[in-house]
Amino acid sequence: MRVTPVRIMTTSLLLLGVLAVVCLLSLTTGPAKLRSGAVLAELFGSPGALDAMERTILMRVRLPRVLLGALVGGTLAVGGVVFQALLRNPLAEPFVLGVMGGSAFGAILGILGGWAFFPGVTGVAFAGGILTIALVIGIAGGRTGIHANTLLLSGVIVNAFFSAAIMFLLSVTRNQEIHNVLRWLMGDLSLSTFRELAILAPLVLIGFTLIFASSRSLNLIVMGEETAMHLGVQVERVKKGLLLLVSLVVSAAVALSGIIGFVGLIIPHVLRILVGSDHRLLLPASLLFGAGFLVFCDTVARVATTQTELPVGVITALAGGPFFMYLLRRKRR
Amino acid sequence: MHLIEARDLSFRYESEWVVRNVTFTLKPGEFLGLLGPNGSGKSSLLKVVNGILRPQQGQISFENRELSSWSRRRLAQRLAMVAQEVQLDFPFTVLELVLMGRYPHLGALEFESDRDLAIARECMERLEIHDLENRLVTRLSGGERQRALVARALCQRPRCLLMDEPTAFLDLRHQLDLFTLTRELTVRHGVGALVISHDINLAAQFCDRLLVMDRGRLAVQGTPEEVIRPEYLESIYGCRLQVDRSPFSGKPRVTPVPKEEVKEYP
Repeated sequence: MRVTPVRIMTTSLLLLGVLAVVCLLSLTTGPAKLRSGAVLAELFGSPGALDAMERTILMRVRLPRVLLGALVGGTLAVGGVVFQALLRNPLAEPFVLGVMGGSAFGAILGILGGWAFFPGVTGVAFAGGILTIALVIGIAGGRTGIHANTLLLSGVIVNAFFSAAIMFLLSVTRNQEIHNVLRWLMGDLSLSTFRELAILAPLVLIGFTLIFASSRSLNLIVMGEETAMHLGVQVERVKKGLLLLVSLVVSAAVALSGIIGFVGLIIPHVLRILVGSDHRLLLPASLLFGAGFLVFCDTVARVATTQTELPVGVITALAGGPFFMYLLRRKRR
Repeated sequence: MHLIEARDLSFRYESEWVVRNVTFTLKPGEFLGLLGPNGSGKSSLLKVVNGILRPQQGQISFENRELSSWSRRRLAQRLAMVAQEVQLDFPFTVLELVLMGRYPHLGALEFESDRDLAIARECMERLEIHDLENRLVTRLSGGERQRALVARALCQRPRCLLMDEPTAFLDLRHQLDLFTLTRELTVRHGVGALVISHDINLAAQFCDRLLVMDRGRLAVQGTPEEVIRPEYLESIYGCRLQVDRSPFSGKPRVTPVPKEEVKEYP
């Protein structure tokens, strides 16, 4: 079915509805059960339906966490869509160009250094991500433009280098913070407050709008860069712009959430099956579905065991791994 | 006015020149066949002509304006290309693929209008792929893919059409149909066409002029009668050729002759 503005609107509204339901579910679920009616009233109108304790749980703990989950999930899914398209590689994901290694190395330095989460750890993580991806693009860029495979390869190598550096840091340290390092490496949405969200949210929204404006060019770039040029796309310009934009937004998201795997890899594939390959629909659908998926996984991570919270990355990988294998099987048939 | 005017064009990837001192023109309504053995520089020349490759020497202009001064978008509104070995890995439908031809005519956030849709459907009908409208391009046969790509190029409504071995995956009837269609576009709509082909006989029947490349140079150019002669083509292709006339069209016809009788082994 062809993509029309009407179809984009209806699909987006539907997925927005799903996202809203998942968020509400997440806000009410946990050791302290909150009634959904009271939560809605508290958020949109007449405060007072919850007692002080419940209000603190809702506003200080769960709401920032749900919002962060939605922003990070959406960002990772959109980042995956764009990188898979630009690199024309179905296995690409937003961390593949060095963001993972760079941000993680920065974050770990910050954590082991005993800095505050914000702006200390997030700041160095963000800087690490951006600097590494700039390095990777620099390595891959040549006289004839940025070559997709060279880009991918340099990303993989830089990630491997930083993984080794991280292993080194972890094996020599006697630091008590090592537990926090592991939490960050597996993804943790519990650390942020509205202060950090106020920075991330506009960044994600502006970034997404600009990415969405390139959606028709992306449709052609996945057909091959020469084909895209034949059809009138300024390929090098679009490619550079999108690489920088996505790296910026993803680095910012990762700085607040840690490394959450599988979302950026799998959500784009799921959505291609559900809504097709046209990026004008695929991008908004991935944003909303990715947001809902991560909020859902984080809710599961919170309540799966009674003793402790699981890192959300464990849930996304546990849910995503088998699903991805199923997709691969299905594709081969 | 010339659609394409190439003067003394040379291009090299590394140190070796793959296109050397090529001079030719393409006028509106003209159908040119580009012939030559493998590796003679035909595809590279086509990429220079559509601005993907920048020539190191010589001049090339499109519609009397230097090619490099055209933006990709403006150029794509007038010049369409059917390339070789196009990858179709992402699951778009045939209609979506053909509609991509409208890209250069639309703004960044503009959607295809009913008119764009009508143009796409008309192009699909001309290539006889209208039944495949909703089929995924990843599920097409080689010939269907090729016709979908030609339909996309036509959907650009170009004034100039470049094709790199468009008949490679096509059966006899579709080869004939594609050349007939190209002929029609040139005669009726004044489109200029430059088409690479290995089928000399097909090119001889349909093209106004033939250009034959040999090791990067344009060895001969002219009407089929002028070009298709054993004294030119035998040395270029490196095999013996028998040239006579097609009993149907009266155009020159080539038959390659084996060096010696194929021996039957006992």
